[in-house]
Amino acid sequence: MDTASTYNYKVVRQFSIMTIVWGIVGMSVGVLIAAQLMWPALNFDIPWLTYSRLRPLHTNAVIFAFGGSALFATSYYVVQRTCQARLFSNGLAAFTFWGWQLVILSAAITLPLGITTSKEYAELEWPIDILITLVWVAYAVVFFGTIMKRRTKHIYVANWFYGAFILTVAVLHLVNSAALPVSAMKSYSAYPGAIDAMVQWWYGHNAVGFFLTAGFLGMMYYFIPKQANRPVYSYRLSVVHFWALISTYMWAGPHHLHYTALPDWAQSLGMVFSLILLAPSWGGMINGMMTLSGAWHKLRTDPILKFLIVSLSFYGMSTFEGPMMAIKTVNALSHYTDWTIGHVHSGALGWVALVSIGSMYFLIPRLFGREQMYSVKLIDVHFWVSTIGVVLYIAAMWIAGVMQGLMWRAVNDDGTLTYSFVESLERMYPFYFVRFLGGAIFLSGMLIMAYNVYKTIAGQRPAVAAIPQTA
Amino acid sequence: MDLVTLRSIFTVLVFVAFIGVWIWAWSSKRKQAFDEAANLPFVEDGTDTNTHTKGLQP
Repeated sequence: MDTASTYNYKVVRQFSIMTIVWGIVGMSVGVLIAAQLMWPALNFDIPWLTYSRLRPLHTNAVIFAFGGSALFATSYYVVQRTCQARLFSNGLAAFTFWGWQLVILSAAITLPLGITTSKEYAELEWPIDILITLVWVAYAVVFFGTIMKRRTKHIYVANWFYGAFILTVAVLHLVNSAALPVSAMKSYSAYPGAIDAMVQWWYGHNAVGFFLTAGFLGMMYYFIPKQANRPVYSYRLSVVHFWALISTYMWAGPHHLHYTALPDWAQSLGMVFSLILLAPSWGGMINGMMTLSGAWHKLRTDPILKFLIVSLSFYGMSTFEGPMMAIKTVNALSHYTDWTIGHVHSGALGWVALVSIGSMYFLIPRLFGREQMYSVKLIDVHFWVSTIGVVLYIAAMWIAGVMQGLMWRAVNDDGTLTYSFVESLERMYPFYFVRFLGGAIFLSGMLIMAYNVYKTIAGQRPAVAAIPQTA
Repeated sequence: MDLVTLRSIFTVLVFVAFIGVWIWAWSSKRKQAFDEAANLPFVEDGTDTNTHTKGLQP
């Protein structure tokens, strides 16, 4: 029944399933490279399997394939249901799905081959960048087209966040990917030296701020109220949250370049704006959590709500940690250490992955005409497994990172370094093992999810949902 | 006017805009519209039906 009177669930289903598939793929690569740091022989002396080539594959797979698919799936679902309108174009929506899968496939081929721009989180070479641009323009047309044909008076706050994410990522991608191609698979950045570094981290930090934050806050603003069955705690706060967050994030990028050739004033600007960011971040977190006010008992019995609320706790934790690490004196200790890796994973596993997983457990039964997942018990098991995995991971990286920072800066009375690099590396082994273990545990949770999803959708016909006729 | 003055004016403008957003968001005139918007995820309830189920748990 592919008529205008129903919602387009097909593309939401496709992206939802691929969220889980790419989650497993991306995290498996992560576990492999974590193991390589423990046991370097695991690259088997094959160039395609070296850490340096698989690490960008891991980051691209978890951010853009797993996280990206979750964002496409939920944004298409939320924009339709809160606008009471079918997606603007079925054809363009299908193009975004197949186009995005092609981008991921291209990344999975080119990165192990060593084809890279060497820009972190923007490693893909120029032909793939062009494909990303086309897919993204189609995404924007579908999303904003759906908002334009909405039958509701207001634009729900989740759509504001999704919209900001789509628009900003378009701008970031276009500016940072500007390059001069010299061959089919090689290009040089359009920017020189320190300017290139600044453009890169303006992109990099806003990829965190808009791809990994604003988009997932859109998820938070829809799925927490739905799962808790009560409207968001304060809609007013959500409006202030939106404008404060998007206008502050834009300026925080220079904190990635403390004590470099970047002008000092730019570093200080980045530090100050990073500190200010604590306020909107926590405003949003409090708004999401307080939505449960008066219904806290639901947390005891509802594992989906546990995923969503604990993801907000990790969000609060990492948005406190981030501003602290952006302070220049703290950064002098933390930068280039595994503390940064711990911080990123507290955000990526604790916030982004948990909120996505919770949203998927909400979505998948509805997309396949079931009242709930095959096993609620297994959702609970998944929740505890992933929480233990994240905590092991980040605790190991905190200890490893601070130890590295202290050892690297230690100097003898005559000014020579107290420790050689390899001495600090040797001390890392126990923590690299715990990190590997935490990652493997988190991955096993994803496999539990895959089983649960398979049992939920096997033999089910796709659900068809009618658009309410009373606007 | 030199660049520093322009930048200072911009900073003040952004600050004023921020306060403006607060005042706008908390004005009593917006209350009803915000309440309506906050309930948008719920107005569609009961339309999740298909051939297999009759509506869904919230």
